[in-house]
Amino acid sequence: MTTALTTSPDAPGAGHPDGDFAVRLSHVHKTFGRPGTAAPVLDDISLTVAPGEFVTLLGASGCGKSTLLNLVAGLDRPTSGTIDVPGGRPALMFQDHALFPWLTAGKNIELALRLAGVAKAERQAEAERLLELVRLGGSYKKRVHELSGGMRQRVALARSLAQGSQVLLMDEPFAALDAITRDVLHNEITRIWAERRLAVLFVTHNVREAVRLAERVVLLSSRPGRIAREWRIDLPQPRRIESAGVADLSIEITEELRGEIRRHVQH
Amino acid sequence: MSSTDTLRTSADDAAGVEAGLDALETVPLQRTPVTVVLRRKVLPPVLGVVVVLAVWQLAYSLELTTPDKLPSPADVWDSLTELWYAGTLFSIIWTSVWRGLSGFLLSVLIGTPIGLLVAQVKPVRAALGPVLSGLQSLPSVAWVPAAVIWLGINNSAMYAVILLGAVPSIANGLIAGVDQVPPVFLRAGQTLGATGLRGARHILLPAALPGYLAGLKQGWAFSWRSLMAAELIASSPDLGLGLGRYLENQREFTNMSGVLLGILLILTVGVAIDLLFFSPLERHVLRSRGLLVTTR
Repeated sequence: MTTALTTSPDAPGAGHPDGDFAVRLSHVHKTFGRPGTAAPVLDDISLTVAPGEFVTLLGASGCGKSTLLNLVAGLDRPTSGTIDVPGGRPALMFQDHALFPWLTAGKNIELALRLAGVAKAERQAEAERLLELVRLGGSYKKRVHELSGGMRQRVALARSLAQGSQVLLMDEPFAALDAITRDVLHNEITRIWAERRLAVLFVTHNVREAVRLAERVVLLSSRPGRIAREWRIDLPQPRRIESAGVADLSIEITEELRGEIRRHVQH
Repeated sequence: MSSTDTLRTSADDAAGVEAGLDALETVPLQRTPVTVVLRRKVLPPVLGVVVVLAVWQLAYSLELTTPDKLPSPADVWDSLTELWYAGTLFSIIWTSVWRGLSGFLLSVLIGTPIGLLVAQVKPVRAALGPVLSGLQSLPSVAWVPAAVIWLGINNSAMYAVILLGAVPSIANGLIAGVDQVPPVFLRAGQTLGATGLRGARHILLPAALPGYLAGLKQGWAFSWRSLMAAELIASSPDLGLGLGRYLENQREFTNMSGVLLGILLILTVGVAIDLLFFSPLERHVLRSRGLLVTTR
């Protein structure tokens, strides 16, 4: 999918050669409402995610991180700038699991497979494989309301994987879960990301979660959303969210985030 | 201990915690035993009917009014057995039920596309939306004189009155169902590639089903009421003997037990079709989506 509204020859990469990226945003601006009157939500965002790379987008409210994800998902169009996702339509996971309550867990996944063009004969076996992958092997016939919050998000993850995209966008998918369940899902997403070599763009406002998961943390400023700073994280996976390495870096990033928020004090 | 060992232990440990959480957080769904359903759902309405009958019998025994104005429950029962032995009971009921159900099905066939069109196409909604809501509050009995002048006193007039009563409520139910679809389902469908007709088929219509069913249920109630009103007012040998006509005939003979029997039969048929058909369907759909809260 290529959304080309204005062509910019100088697409910057974060150290990746041109053509070797999973997602590339070049000088993306987004304004809601009539141009010129409203303040921009996103201002000159340039960001490249390499194939198989795990990037978290971190920011306080008003930084436009969900807007950014919607743009990459193709649910909305940038006001200017280009977004390239060479692998086709990316998968998107929401904070709300967004599973369809009129279908069982297995049939939710099969619908995604069907819409992705998987042949009818293969769908059920593939749905069962995906449920095994998120360790919900026995839940094919379960209805959405029979599953716990954490299990729902794992089915939602399996449904996203069913799309067959190598790019997974996640919009605060664990924000509504309790700490223990979230911890379990961090392990799951790390394991599945490593197994499937997915490029993940993960939006959160939780600094520790960002550091726990990512190879690269990108901090967005608020109103307008701009890239403020980024960190590479070389700690080995799977990390523990309580570990000293995660904690130290979280403190550093939190300081930076607080600085960004303080800029908005009205004088 | 090498660092890979630490990692492996941690992964196994994580799987264990995960399985434990799943077990803790999965609440087994219990089906209510039949005896409890009987005691909580069936017994109270049966008792209610018994109380009404008792009060009725009491009023009759105390001779609050003359028997030609208030016959006893036994008199009404006799009118029922009389119809039964004359062999006309089922033909009277069937004449009306057949008319009511076929009129209702026709209303579904017409109301559904209208509802979809109004829900999805903005200019159509602006034009027809208020008309549909307005028609819903117009008692369809008001259409009987018009239908008789346009179509004559015949089955077509009956169907016209049913349609005018039921189509708006079926269409409005579908519109409400579509409006209440949570936007997150539509966005999820879009990211999965369900757009246009595929989106309507796989996401929009199944998501709107509960509202649609509520509309169908109301549509049946409106069909039945409209038909009874039309049968009461319009009299012609072409129409055959239905429940509404039976009721009106009994009034002409000033046979109060026949009148009461007519009223009770109309009530029973309306409730029975709802209980046998619409309520189970609605319950099944709501329960399978976890929308039905079991009362404890």
